[in-house]
Amino acid sequence: MWIYEKKLEYPIKVCSTNPKLAKVIITQYGGPDGELAASLRYLTQRYTMPTGRSKAVLNDIGTEELAHMEIVASLVYNLIKDATVEQIKAVGLDGYFADHDRALYFVNGSGVPWVASYIQSKGDPITDLHEDMAAEQKARSTYEYLIQLSDDPGVTETLRWLREREVVHYQRFGETLEHLYDHYGKNHYFIMER
Amino acid sequence: MDRERKQLLMMIMAEEFTAVEFNLYLDTHPDDRKALDDYNQTVKRLAELKQQYEKKYGPLTNFGYVPSEYPWRWVEEPWPWEINFA
Ligand SMILES: [Fe+2]
Repeated sequence: MWIYEKKLEYPIKVCSTNPKLAKVIITQYGGPDGELAASLRYLTQRYTMPTGRSKAVLNDIGTEELAHMEIVASLVYNLIKDATVEQIKAVGLDGYFADHDRALYFVNGSGVPWVASYIQSKGDPITDLHEDMAAEQKARSTYEYLIQLSDDPGVTETLRWLREREVVHYQRFGETLEHLYDHYGKNHYFIMER
Repeated sequence: MDRERKQLLMMIMAEEFTAVEFNLYLDTHPDDRKALDDYNQTVKRLAELKQQYEKKYGPLTNFGYVPSEYPWRWVEEPWPWEINFA
């Protein structure tokens, strides 16, 4: 089971109301490379990992991603909560407003709702680890684009921290992949069999 | 939320983040004794900080982890997403 802790993993600093920034950051809430996808991907893949270590890594990174989802949601919530309808219309969030007011919903930067096909669970631990490493790189890239788009220095600081976490997760998944190769007694070379 | 409370909460965040980092590292390096010692030290400091915070501001966790004063303090605001550190 999970125990909730009444704190964020990392503090948020939102300097001012900024629905334009909320509109793009929400993709890390419900987009293809966002934190919902990340947490659900790892937490569902963990069941078919073959070793204690690989189960732990998937379980623990999946759990940390839930905390990142909460951080992203907190950013969006604070960026949009005091926005006027005029501001919301001006940044093109009127369609979102019609469906959700200023509430949180799982969509990407273009308003497309989250779908389960963003993630895979293949039952082959080597295949799943490759997906996970790619997912961490995609999330890192997304945070880099969001940092370029951010005009709020406080928000940028939290985005930088979230980006760093993707780098660390990539490293841990890479080590887990090596561990699985050892576990299966396979070599690491990329040889195409004829 | 007053400055003193924010400061203590920040210290807890820092210590717990250290614990998370050691946790993930230890998952792939379970034989690293030095890292394990550091993790255990962090756990101790974190528990002390949490105890200090919870005594003043109520439980950080529910489901039987921490007792509560009367009336049930878990429902007290602010919730984490309502705390802006700007
Ligand atoms: Fe991640």
